[in-house]
Amino acid sequence: MTTSAPSLMKKFINEPSDVLKESLSGLAAAHGDLLRYDADAQIVVRRDAPVKGKVGLVSGGGAGHEPLHGGFVGHGMLDAACPGEVFTSPVPDQMLAATKAVDGGAGVVHIVKNYTGDVLNFKMAAEDAADEGVEVESVLVDDDVAVQDSLYTAGRRGVGATVLLEKIAGAAAERGDDLAAVAAIGRRVNERARSFGVAVSSCTPPASGKPMFDLPDGEMEVGIGIHGEPGRRREAVRPAHQIVETMLEAVLSDLKPAAGASVLAFVNGMGGTPLIELYLLYNEVDTQLRAAGLNPTRNLVGSYITSLEMAGASITVLELDDELTALWDAPVHTPALRWGV
Amino acid sequence: MITGSTVRAQTIISWLKEIETEIAEQSAYLTQLDAAIGDGDHGTNMNRGFTAVGRVLAEQDEPAPPGRLLILAGKTLISTVGGASGPLWGTALRRAGRSLGDAETFDAQQLAEALDAAISGVVELGSAEPGDKTMIDALTPAAAKLHQGLDAGEPLEQALAAAVRAAKAGAESTVPMEARKGRASYLGERSIGHLDPGAASSVIILSALQRVVARDQ
Repeated sequence: MTTSAPSLMKKFINEPSDVLKESLSGLAAAHGDLLRYDADAQIVVRRDAPVKGKVGLVSGGGAGHEPLHGGFVGHGMLDAACPGEVFTSPVPDQMLAATKAVDGGAGVVHIVKNYTGDVLNFKMAAEDAADEGVEVESVLVDDDVAVQDSLYTAGRRGVGATVLLEKIAGAAAERGDDLAAVAAIGRRVNERARSFGVAVSSCTPPASGKPMFDLPDGEMEVGIGIHGEPGRRREAVRPAHQIVETMLEAVLSDLKPAAGASVLAFVNGMGGTPLIELYLLYNEVDTQLRAAGLNPTRNLVGSYITSLEMAGASITVLELDDELTALWDAPVHTPALRWGV
Repeated sequence: MITGSTVRAQTIISWLKEIETEIAEQSAYLTQLDAAIGDGDHGTNMNRGFTAVGRVLAEQDEPAPPGRLLILAGKTLISTVGGASGPLWGTALRRAGRSLGDAETFDAQQLAEALDAAISGVVELGSAEPGDKTMIDALTPAAAKLHQGLDAGEPLEQALAAAVRAAKAGAESTVPMEARKGRASYLGERSIGHLDPGAASSVIILSALQRVVARDQ
């Protein structure tokens, strides 16, 4: 073994400490018609916020999951996003600034993924917002069935369902639902959605410059989250149809959808898996859902809630009803999701 | 019970500086612990927070009582750290500060009570219990040992040294535990065999206090 001098990380960055700000500046430069980036408050805000009389939607979390959340700011989805450092929850100051920036007088919904850091920081921000006279409802996302839920643990993680919830609750807010109704729609999405993820590679945060775990050839991490953390267990890589079988079994046995139910099937890439593989996975998902007597009437395929450049995928199944379907179909115009406009 | 030890604002300033230095030195170690069972940023985040605390304290032109300094430090951590550590350590320092009030100085007993207040704040916010593989597993035995020593009439310095030893033992005791709180809990049984990063930084923070008190007494 030879030791070499420190070399540049193989990532498109300038300084590791500038990654977040420079990336958000780029987002704003590319999508200035939809959003703006407030670098002092470290928040991404919908261009026309606050929308008078509309419930505001704020989400946030560590960076590294792009396009989540900043890429979902715009018409019919989020009013603001608070990005923390890579894989680190943002701080209450950001959330409070975002809440105030989007409050159009109808109150603000905080969409919080169930991670201790996000939960604690959003809790503090909601208390601060209440002190300043802004009504806040928090909606927790905890759809990951890889984690056992229990009274004595931190509970399940919020993963893929976050994207679906932001879209659907965003449509509810856009059509004029009040604060309680938007929050209730959000909670309904969370209750009816379950997810499961696998990874075939690790990922490298810019700050550390090192992969978060070693994954030998031929092995995969099963039951991963979205922070480059190892999964519940390690297994040998198997053919895609078998992997999807394992994932869907975990999702459906927990969700227990009604026979013949319409579902939204979301095949999400973790950042390093190409679309050719994601569509291959969707083919399996679609086939297996139909074989299980379900009806995948809506779908989403692509990398929407990622873990930097991790190769891997998650599957989310959302049991639909007519209202959720209509809200999913409603127009949306954000950097990462756009239809109907 | 009378120890004769008096703690002043300067001790708190020195303590926070000592933490800043020590966290910066141990940052890679904390991050490495966190990479094993968390998301590998504990050192980076704590370093960012205590660096900010150092900056804020340096900008203070008016002398402030110890309690106020701790509240300021706590608020700074909440505003800069993020993750779970920001709210938890921020709340800990704020509660400790509030328990000391506006007094110019405080004694050993009040210091022990401030530590109790800090721990209560962490437990309320994070609802962790001993055995969950968290910072509580280091802090709780340390507080117990501190009270025990002071009640037995030991000088503060000696009681704090025993408290730090208890914190270290408590942190070590997290190795065989299965995490029930925080991000490590997602790993289930795979969290076993690793030292909890929050317990490790708790040891750093208490050790810094013990060193500063030993120097100032």
